[in-house]
Amino acid sequence: MSLINIINLKKQYSSGNDTVEALRGLDIAIEKSEFITIMGQSGSGKSTLLSVLGGLNHPSAGEVEMAGVKLYQLPGEKLADFRAQNLGFVFQSFHLIPYLTAIENVMLPLAIVKMSTPAKKIAARQALEQVGLGGKQDRLPNQLSGGEQERVAIARAIVNNPQILLADEPTGNLDSKTSEEVMALFRELNDAGQTVVMVTHNPDNGRYADRTIHLCDGMVVNA
Amino acid sequence: MKLHNISINNLKRRKAKMAFLTVGLMVGIATIVTLLTLTRSMSSDIERKMDEFGANILVTPQSNGLSMNYGGISLGGVTFDQREIKESDLALIKTIANHKNISTIAPKVLGGVKIGTHDVLLVGVNFDSELKMKQWWQVFGDAPKADNEVLLGSDASRILNATPGDSIIIKDETFKVAGVLGQTGSQDDALVFAGLRKAQKLLGKEGRITLAEVAALCSGCPIGDMVTQIAEKLPDARVSAIQQVVEGRLKALDQFKHFSYAMAGVVVFIGSLIVFVTMMGSVNERTTEIGVFRAIGFRKSHIMRIILLEATIVSLLAGFLGYAAGMGGAKLALPLMAESRNAHLIWESTVAFGSIGLALVLGLLASLYPALHASKMDPTEALRAL
Repeated sequence: MSLINIINLKKQYSSGNDTVEALRGLDIAIEKSEFITIMGQSGSGKSTLLSVLGGLNHPSAGEVEMAGVKLYQLPGEKLADFRAQNLGFVFQSFHLIPYLTAIENVMLPLAIVKMSTPAKKIAARQALEQVGLGGKQDRLPNQLSGGEQERVAIARAIVNNPQILLADEPTGNLDSKTSEEVMALFRELNDAGQTVVMVTHNPDNGRYADRTIHLCDGMVVNA
Repeated sequence: MKLHNISINNLKRRKAKMAFLTVGLMVGIATIVTLLTLTRSMSSDIERKMDEFGANILVTPQSNGLSMNYGGISLGGVTFDQREIKESDLALIKTIANHKNISTIAPKVLGGVKIGTHDVLLVGVNFDSELKMKQWWQVFGDAPKADNEVLLGSDASRILNATPGDSIIIKDETFKVAGVLGQTGSQDDALVFAGLRKAQKLLGKEGRITLAEVAALCSGCPIGDMVTQIAEKLPDARVSAIQQVVEGRLKALDQFKHFSYAMAGVVVFIGSLIVFVTMMGSVNERTTEIGVFRAIGFRKSHIMRIILLEATIVSLLAGFLGYAAGMGGAKLALPLMAESRNAHLIWESTVAFGSIGLALVLGLLASLYPALHASKMDPTEALRAL
């Protein structure tokens, strides 16, 4: 059984009398330890797909099943708990918390986990070392370069050992050299068994992935 | 890393906002503390002065005889067939439960005497307590110090044609007029005041007094209870409260309280509004941040805890600072506002804890909606990109 099963997924947005169909009945299966890139033009529905996959955006119809759990059938705040335990997010603009140091940003997902502070620090240090930022743990985001901020964001996403890593345009704000370094890092994580689902504009990023899903007007055009 | 670290770090980073929020709430709390403390201190000062300026409890003998009027208050049988109170019984007044509230006991012995061709009312008083109680008296000359000295009311001085330094004869004894009272417009103008011992001797009433005026020094003290307590100690005496004084005091107090409560209400509203607007602004400014929190698995309750913890920290700080600033303001303003130079600032733990508690309640209430708003933010909207 696949780690992620997307079944007839639809998402509509209403604005006044207008209805926009962002996703039009997607069926996608993603295996454990797979590295998937989702590509498509602006408005193709890739970011909507990622937000629905991340449990942040209720679909209009269809089902998302992750690790045997029907995501949108989880009651109340159980969906938030599921995100905390199973998903890691890497955002396009990094979205690091500006008043927290690198290590504090990485520890953020652990703030709601019952763990001793020393254990949290050890986990955060390990995550930072994994992304090659062991020596910069006490720096604030504005004291780090774009590439370093991206690495901190990746460390934050993996610190709680999530089953699935979701990334939205992680190289969108980086130069080509740093982009390659970041993509290599994702590849390393994937090689270590991490499932990665990444939305990207950049066709070059596709070569790091096991598979690329192309979206057009809310539908899969080839997988 | 725990939730409180996020709150504390955010406050540290947004120092200017935090300072604005703290100052906004602090000013509100400080104003309330200043108003309350000033009101209480001034009320206490007024009460003290009112206590000093006259008796509020009168002890007179039980009597079936004819009544005599003293300052509009009926004194039991002071003219004929009068029964006096034993002077030694006055000590019992100081044994009542509320004895600490008693400021002054002014015993008096009254009796008619002939001076020259005039019949006058001689009043034996303890000049120390009498002068303390009747601070409005203006004495021209000196207050009597020796046994053979008297103090004349202004009318008595005019009718007896005696001024300070003159001598008058009462029952074959010569007395020096030490001083003359300025016009008071009361019965005091027609009286001749002598020392208590001497008057008792002249009137043949050694060890007895006709009445005693008691000044109770208290802040809204139970005059009624004190009257009952004194009456229990002195069963042969009639003890009554001078209602005008009590009612006047209560009215003055009420006016002060109403004013301060109205002002406090306005300030509380403004303070709450400042907290609400600032917290709401802060939440809107942190939309992305809250989106990140939600995306990485924070529950709505976690978001609320972060926001409310920030409000708690700021409110507590504002409460402490507001109390300190308020008391400082009251200390500075009291000499300007109180009529007496001896007005004392009243330090009360209830005001201290109350102001901190009020700051906390205000801060939390005003932050509740912003916190709820933050917790309900759509993470997708918040992050926009996702």
